[in-house]
Amino acid sequence: MTAISIERLRKSFGPNEVLKGIDLQVASHEVICLIGASGSGKSTLLRCVNLLEPIDSGRILLLGQDITGPGIDQNLVRRQIGIVFQSFNLFPHMNVLRNVTLAPMKVLRMPAAQAAQEAQALLDRFGLIDKQHDYPDRLSGGQQQRVAIVRALAMQPQIMLLDEVTSALDPELVAEVLEVIGELAAGGMTMLIATHEMGFAREIADRVCFLEEGTIIEDAPPTELFTEPKDERTRRFLRRIVEAKRL
Amino acid sequence: MSEGLPDPAAGDLSAGSFSAGSFSSGRGPRLFTGGGRRGTAISTASTVVVIAIIALVFVLAPGARTVAHAFFYPKDAWQAFIGDPRHGYYSVGAAIWLNIRMFVVAEVLILPFALLIALIRQSTHPTLFPIRVIATIYVDFFRGVPLLLVVLALGLGVPGLYLPVISHQPDAVYGVAALVLSYSAYVSEVYRAGLNSVHRSQVAAARSLGLSQGTALRYVILPQAVRNIIPPLLNDFISLQKDTALVGVLGVIEANQAADIYASATFNYSSFAVAAVLFLILTIPLARFTDRLIERDRRRRLAGAVT
Repeated sequence: MTAISIERLRKSFGPNEVLKGIDLQVASHEVICLIGASGSGKSTLLRCVNLLEPIDSGRILLLGQDITGPGIDQNLVRRQIGIVFQSFNLFPHMNVLRNVTLAPMKVLRMPAAQAAQEAQALLDRFGLIDKQHDYPDRLSGGQQQRVAIVRALAMQPQIMLLDEVTSALDPELVAEVLEVIGELAAGGMTMLIATHEMGFAREIADRVCFLEEGTIIEDAPPTELFTEPKDERTRRFLRRIVEAKRL
Repeated sequence: MSEGLPDPAAGDLSAGSFSAGSFSSGRGPRLFTGGGRRGTAISTASTVVVIAIIALVFVLAPGARTVAHAFFYPKDAWQAFIGDPRHGYYSVGAAIWLNIRMFVVAEVLILPFALLIALIRQSTHPTLFPIRVIATIYVDFFRGVPLLLVVLALGLGVPGLYLPVISHQPDAVYGVAALVLSYSAYVSEVYRAGLNSVHRSQVAAARSLGLSQGTALRYVILPQAVRNIIPPLLNDFISLQKDTALVGVLGVIEANQAADIYASATFNYSSFAVAAVLFLILTIPLARFTDRLIERDRRRRLAGAVT
């Protein structure tokens, strides 16, 4: 079953074309990592899938249904797609528990008690239960990002989009977040992950896509892409990564 | 402050609003914690000196006696405060109630109305374009026209229209309407600043969870926006409390008008001093309340983990 199907997707910001015809299929339970330099279009691609950015042409199918056509209820689509941002974006005026329960209560109309119960189960699972009454500014970056993941999971999404979720973290906090993502992958969550963590991508991804200037240059299983990249541009990118000691 | 714990928040105005210390302490949290006693002594001394200088200027001025007699004469002040129906002047003390009522009604109406205008101006949808233009003109107009003119225009103009119901209201109602129209223009701009102060990523986070625009606004954007604008908002309301005095030009017996009537009848202006004191009694608590609110919010957020 194809969870997400992206077809000939194009997106420009003014004169600047960021995505130049992206084709990508994500099967259910598949984990795909998007790699590439900053500005290659990874984040924009994820934001388009979540309908946070209107697309210029092409289409996106979620479980076979076109979600970019006219007359689509964007809110209905978004509740099935979880996204986690580089900068956490927790709601600073709400404690952790309320951050997590807000959407289930207001969007899914879940009773408060049930929402709290499910949120607490999730928080417990990811080692955050003792933080449930804290406000985000009392948490470390790693904890905030884990809460952001839990907040997205509370909507029981069909697919998770992770947008460079460790890029804003101190190095020592990266592991705890990657661990959570690893656990999600093991649980069969479909994920589309934009990342700079090559080691992590190699470990967790079923497929890795290398993007450059708005096009997918190479799409292959990690062992293949990282060890014997076919395209010269992929090789050049990986060489730079190795030189920067990030692989 | 009283529990004797080191408290970084204790130095500001909310902690000791009128204690001598707060005048000179400004941003001195350590005045109350570390070398507290010495600091308080210094600030008390400086306060005494400053007040003494100001008092001296008044006392030594050539016309000091005349002015004191005309503006601060206790007997007249008391007469103006309690009023005297036999001589045809109203109690300033009773008249201030009308100011309070006008202020409260106006405020309750301004808050939602100004928010509506701000939201219209912030909207981006093409179909709302005409309403957006109207809202912009509205704000430009009422921020530009003196409130006094708006009060006069409504108070004198609307009754002249001879409309059913609308033209047969007490003058205070037209006064309140003028206050609402004028202040909503200002307050809508404050709201707009608040809405803009919430980072766009918060909208993205809320919408990405499936929250509709309205739900995101209500639970995510507005609470943060309002928190950011409480000081300027309350500032406008302090201003509004005073400006209820302008409604007096319609002949409404509010505190300033009552004081004016007393002054015209007796040629003594102490009634104005009484009105001024009454307005101060109204506005200062609101100012202190604002400080408290800000402080409580700050503390609650900092205390997150401890509670």
